[in-house]
Amino acid sequence: MKKILSIAIFTTLLGMAGCKKDSEFLDIPPIQVLPNDVAFSDPALVLSILGDLYNRQLDFSSLDNGWRSFADFSESFASENGSYFLVQRTGWGYGEWGVDWVQSYTYVRELNLFLERINTSTALTDAEKSRFTAEGKFLRANFYFEMVKRMGGVPLITSSMQYDPAKGDLASLQVARSKESEVYDFVISEAEAIKNQLPADVNQKSRASKAAALAMEVRAALYAASIAKYGVNTPQVSLPGGEVGIPVSMAAGYYTKALTAAREIISGGAGAYQLYNVLPDKADNFAAIFLDKGSVNQESILIEDFRAAGGRVHNFTVNNQPYSISDEGGDAGRLNPSLNFVQSFEKLDNTFAPLATRDAAGNPIFYNDQVDIFAGRDARLAGTVLTPNSLFKGKRVDIWAGYQLADGTVVTSDEAAQLKALPGSNTVVQVVGKDGPVNIEFRSQSGFYIRKWLDPTIGSGRRGRGSDVAFIRYRYAEVLLNAAEAAFELGQAAVAAGYMNQVRARAGLTIPLTPAQITFDRIVHERRVELAFEGHDLFDKKRWRIAHIVWDGVPTSLADLTSNIGRATKRNTQPWALWPYKYHNPGNPNHGKWLFREVRPAVVTGSNRFQLGNYYSEINNNVRAANPKIVRQPNQ
Amino acid sequence: MKIRTLYIITLIVCGIAVSCKKDNYEEPTSKLSGRIVYKGEPIGVEHNQVPYELYQYGFGKVGPLGSSFAQDGSFSAVLFDGEYKLIIPNGQGPFRWRYLAGGAPDSVSISLRGSQTLDLEVTPYYMIRTPQFTASGGRVTVAFKAEKIITDANARNIETVSLYLNKTQFVSGSSDQNIATVNMAGSAITNPDNISLTVTSPTITPSQNYVFARVGIKIAGVEDRLFSPVQKIQL
Repeated sequence: MKKILSIAIFTTLLGMAGCKKDSEFLDIPPIQVLPNDVAFSDPALVLSILGDLYNRQLDFSSLDNGWRSFADFSESFASENGSYFLVQRTGWGYGEWGVDWVQSYTYVRELNLFLERINTSTALTDAEKSRFTAEGKFLRANFYFEMVKRMGGVPLITSSMQYDPAKGDLASLQVARSKESEVYDFVISEAEAIKNQLPADVNQKSRASKAAALAMEVRAALYAASIAKYGVNTPQVSLPGGEVGIPVSMAAGYYTKALTAAREIISGGAGAYQLYNVLPDKADNFAAIFLDKGSVNQESILIEDFRAAGGRVHNFTVNNQPYSISDEGGDAGRLNPSLNFVQSFEKLDNTFAPLATRDAAGNPIFYNDQVDIFAGRDARLAGTVLTPNSLFKGKRVDIWAGYQLADGTVVTSDEAAQLKALPGSNTVVQVVGKDGPVNIEFRSQSGFYIRKWLDPTIGSGRRGRGSDVAFIRYRYAEVLLNAAEAAFELGQAAVAAGYMNQVRARAGLTIPLTPAQITFDRIVHERRVELAFEGHDLFDKKRWRIAHIVWDGVPTSLADLTSNIGRATKRNTQPWALWPYKYHNPGNPNHGKWLFREVRPAVVTGSNRFQLGNYYSEINNNVRAANPKIVRQPNQ
Repeated sequence: MKIRTLYIITLIVCGIAVSCKKDNYEEPTSKLSGRIVYKGEPIGVEHNQVPYELYQYGFGKVGPLGSSFAQDGSFSAVLFDGEYKLIIPNGQGPFRWRYLAGGAPDSVSISLRGSQTLDLEVTPYYMIRTPQFTASGGRVTVAFKAEKIITDANARNIETVSLYLNKTQFVSGSSDQNIATVNMAGSAITNPDNISLTVTSPTITPSQNYVFARVGIKIAGVEDRLFSPVQKIQL
């Protein structure tokens, strides 16, 4: 009886438990995924979603893209065995610099969904909604800008799309490419629409601010304007539907927009931005722009931030620190600025000259110190590049290629820091620098190391710690140069000179340029030295339509290298090196002094050839097969 | 033991018998080959720079098969029998292709049944006529005529003419395909019927007593150069 009772109770209990409705039984709220209404109910949760969207922005050169995204284009030499292809290839594939179409439009879709969900959220205040919406729109506009720079006009999708299997209607989801000008117009109009919803706060650097929106607008309008103006030089690089190419008649309008938006930042309408001018030494000051994340840095407008011991660091310093000063034995020295780049820094009297290695008679010039050959130049040289015998982390960079004897022969080694006996002596001495230049990876092979972005913090060169130097996406000096270019193109040379002289004065070039001295070559040069290794080089050359002239595939000879410095269309197809030698001739007054030679590194066998088909990256066959409305790029 | 050997042999035989089943398509055998020609004369182009594309419809996703023309303007592809369409993409080649009203390249329909030779008739901007190469004392000289073929609204001027030398038979302006180059600007040409260029051959390591040479014409506003046939020259 007892048994029956317990069975009965058990069965009843089981029945009660099992009698749950089927639909309820299966409908369990997920514990790993937040449903939309929960995720958009709290500003902190929304911010974490937005953080992910920020992280997925696209940069050309970027600290978390790896050091190689800064290399190439003959502005530097890549001292790594796996990267010699950069100087051994004879051109770029048409797909180079393109974006992953599926990944990109997944991102665009998620941005669109974000904006729609913010809009329908009931839990957020209007102020929160307004700012989040503006940030989402900023990210979307900035991403379209990155796409249009690479591919020309792309399909502009500004709301989420849904496939309905019942209708099976694919054609409505296949969107044709917009005109190139329409994408730029979109970026400009979005920036105008959101700028007042964003904080006008100079300390707001890692999230979008009013100045970031305006800086994006300036750059986009300037790109569109120069494509319109200089596109006439390459009429083949255009499509009849306008997906690539902008009519020349639109140039002035875009330049005006760029100048107006730039003036809004310059006048302080978006916060008190100014050039970084903190340290007394101009070169140290220039290097510090890229290291200083504090509130004293009122130059950086939008940054991609990192934090050491916070799980978000990058290896730029690990990969590029000088070999002999490396925190991580054997991991160093990949990015070596080329002589082509180094010699383009002008002298303090605003003139251009190659580095003086020989006098008029062809005899070598001797220097007491290695740094003397670089003396009297634009301070940005020493701020961007570690030259031989310059300081990093309080130590000297040891770059020299060997001893040159009286008869011109050289005592050197193919191994860094190797010891050998000099003629007439039995004691062995070091015959080549610890940092090169020798043809070994991680040693400087061009005679230079990079300084920009290189973190002097202790431990930043260790793989385990990494560096948390931030990548600057927009900064005030670029806004000034953009304004100068726009003003110059609009015929306002005096205005252009005014903006440009501010940037130059900060760099230690105290003799101002007169309005008559502002030329296209000057504009190009100023951007090259100020904005080097910040991801501008390729896109600047593309929008001015001079890429196929600068990178014409013909090897760069020594005569090419040392002539026409400062000219925008100067050939730049192979990186050159400058190797210092110590003169060994006891009794001679020049004994122990330094002389220099221009060298083409031995592994440089290819030369850059930019074809017309490279102006706009290929949209691959899979994409075009899936959406036949997408027209192919010109010249491919 | 004997029995086990028998089993193994039986297994192997069975295995071979089963795997001998036909499991694949036969490889394509029809060869489509030809040249780009102007009135029957082939047109020289740069190696691997001027592409053509073959399309075959009816299999769902559409994408091009294709490759590029050889230096002498020839091409070949081994294909399955079927209906194909061939185009040369816009902006490729030192010649004009046939275009549709909208400016898109017109296609050539090919009905492939067995091997077929197909010469593609195009209109080049210029033709290099009678190139004569001579060598003496390590110097290579060429004399040739540049005949202007397109003289209507689409006519274009010569930007430069170049003489290229290389160690191997691949000769062009690409930096790895020449060891010596001499250029003459189009504006410096006084008589297009008699253009002469001379270049000194550099020392070749390992030494060889011949070089390959050809002439290229860069036409203003056209990326691909027009080339003469490659000529082997004893130094």
